[in-house]
Amino acid sequence: MSSFLPPSERIWWNTPIGKQEIIWIGIALVWCLIMFLMMPYWHIYGKQNLSNEAYQTTPAHYQVKVDEMVAKYKVGEEAGIPVVKPPAGSDVYMLGRLWQWYPILELEQNQSYRLHLSSMDWNHGFSLQPVNINLQIVPGYEMVLTVTPDTAGEFTVVCNEFCGIGHHLMLGKIYVKEN
Amino acid sequence: MAQFRVCPDTGFFFDKSAESLIKANAVAAAVSLLIAGVLALGVILTRWQEVHLLPADLFYQVLTAHGINALLFWIIFFEIAILYFASSTLLRTRLAAPRWAWLGFALMIIGAVMNNIAVLQGNSSVMMTSYAPMQAEPHFYLGLILFAVGALIGCFVFLGTLVIARDDRTYEGSLPLVTFGALTACIIAIFTIACGAIILVPTWLWSIGYISHIDAAMYRVIWWGMGHSSQQINVAAHVSVWYLIIGVLFNARPMSEKVSRTAFLLYILFLQLASAHHILVDPGISSEWKVFNTSYAMYLAVLASMIHGLTVPGSMEVAQRAKGYTKGMFEWLRKAPWGNPVFSGFFLALIIFGFIGGITGVVMGTEQINIIIHNTIYVPAHFHATVAVGTTLTFMALTYLLIPLVFRRALFLPWMAKWQPYVFSAGMTLMILFQLGAGTLGVSRRHWDMDFTGAMLSFEYPGTAYTLMAVAGVGGVLGVLGGAMYLIVTVGSLLFGKKLDQSAGFLQSFGVPMPASSYNITQPERLQMAPKLAVEEHGSAGFEAPGTFVLAIALLVCFVVYYFINWDYLASVWPIS
Repeated sequence: MSSFLPPSERIWWNTPIGKQEIIWIGIALVWCLIMFLMMPYWHIYGKQNLSNEAYQTTPAHYQVKVDEMVAKYKVGEEAGIPVVKPPAGSDVYMLGRLWQWYPILELEQNQSYRLHLSSMDWNHGFSLQPVNINLQIVPGYEMVLTVTPDTAGEFTVVCNEFCGIGHHLMLGKIYVKEN
Repeated sequence: MAQFRVCPDTGFFFDKSAESLIKANAVAAAVSLLIAGVLALGVILTRWQEVHLLPADLFYQVLTAHGINALLFWIIFFEIAILYFASSTLLRTRLAAPRWAWLGFALMIIGAVMNNIAVLQGNSSVMMTSYAPMQAEPHFYLGLILFAVGALIGCFVFLGTLVIARDDRTYEGSLPLVTFGALTACIIAIFTIACGAIILVPTWLWSIGYISHIDAAMYRVIWWGMGHSSQQINVAAHVSVWYLIIGVLFNARPMSEKVSRTAFLLYILFLQLASAHHILVDPGISSEWKVFNTSYAMYLAVLASMIHGLTVPGSMEVAQRAKGYTKGMFEWLRKAPWGNPVFSGFFLALIIFGFIGGITGVVMGTEQINIIIHNTIYVPAHFHATVAVGTTLTFMALTYLLIPLVFRRALFLPWMAKWQPYVFSAGMTLMILFQLGAGTLGVSRRHWDMDFTGAMLSFEYPGTAYTLMAVAGVGGVLGVLGGAMYLIVTVGSLLFGKKLDQSAGFLQSFGVPMPASSYNITQPERLQMAPKLAVEEHGSAGFEAPGTFVLAIALLVCFVVYYFINWDYLASVWPIS
């Protein structure tokens, strides 16, 4: 009954530990260290790592950058949202607001882009489907990451952070063209 | 001044005020669970796309209230009851400052009611996390603050009771392991509530206009210092309850006091770092910080859970083998009392918590793997395995133990109690596994319509995602049914259960002490240390609990395989840097 009685030894921290527990603790510790080292390992050898690049910004300031890109590289319009085709390797901007991802991007396969993301109002969730890349978009912060779309086709950005009653209406598009 | 009664079945001594407080908190917990369970039905039947029960506004409102009632009110009321039991009852001491304890209880009730009213009024459907700058009504935050202050008072009453027990020398030697684990939970709770105060008080002031701006990123970092740590209170509390249950049912003693206590200490030192799990794909936070914090400094808290995963069933195995269940690897487990809901509830909670909740938690808390999981329905699936089965089912099992002990009633409809842990865990496991699958396909959490009806652009999830969500819906309904069975047994026992003492009447079930004549002991005998163990070997090859070791290795194999499957999946998505 000693799990809820005081230990049978007054000096319980000097009692020897059984072999079975020692072995298990050893195995578990090794596994924990492997899992810990996997993360730095992936930073060096893996291809899916978030950058540490981010800036504090304001919605107005960020909006200006988005508008500049849209004015420069607009190639069409879909459902009232501009479709933008920036050159490969350039800085591309997308913003989340209630309840829209803006603008629609057209990218080239296997080219790298510096993708900037921010929110105009509340938290939003950038969930790129069906690739399944998920990022938290926080107002007041501009996140920058380099993406290299290695599959072509139509991709959808679903909002997966709750952002009010129109949350389920918030979709965006990224088209990746084969080259 | 006589104020203790002794339980004729177990020899536990109950302090009058501690007993009343345990009852009151347990009843408040059950009411919160009732609310959470009814709301759960609304959530799951809406996410089941073919049923799609609720309109959008009602869905988000229901989801907000479900989360808060289940994750905060049900769990924390119950934990306060556990703290009083683990201090006053286990240590045979009077409760410190019972009036303060009642004040704490009153504040918790007021806070819980106020918060529920705010959500019910409709302008506070902000989810449990209430991420600023999305704003709720001021009394939404104020309710949570009052609830937390009440819980904090409960923590200090617990600590005061430990001090009284020590001063009055009501026990020999060191604290029992169960109380030590409860102390762990209490220390984590104080850290948690401090984080909550740091973020919720300014947010409340912001909601009434005294502060102009709450930084959205800072809010997430600090809020999760409360939000995740509050789930770590649960881990410490339910592991303590596991030790209590194996002690009561099997006379089990820990395989090693040193190992189990060190594991609890690791929880105190490292579990709090886990708020990082929620901000792995946030802007503005460095990879070094993420790697160190998300792994609890090299997974030392995971190590602690893996240790408990061995020592809890291992201690039970040692006790069972000593009773003669020594055939093969698993006779100790086969011959366990599977028809007793205290046992089956505990053991199913242990298995589902470890195999599903634990493994998925570590996998999705890996810095880079989080990219393919963040905010998908994989996340709620994970925490339903840890909290809604691990913690909740453990507390259900403990309730079946407490009804005769504290409430002095026999279980109502014992056949229903017998089946309840199986129905509940089968339903929940079904829901969890299929939601994990749907999450892997990218289905979003906290999302009203996976068809995106009315959106300007369109998107369709693969057909499989719909099937997975439908099966998850069936599982969820079964889980709610299991929860209803628990409440029927519990409430039925309090109202109609056979009285084990003539004095235990209707009012006694709800916190009113029994007549003074029951409390005829002034000072219980001092609690003696556990008897020394004669050296006996029942296991094989120097292993005291070989069956448990096999189970532990099975867990490790699942863990390793699933962990690398997810890295493989991650490697297939677009390169990002």
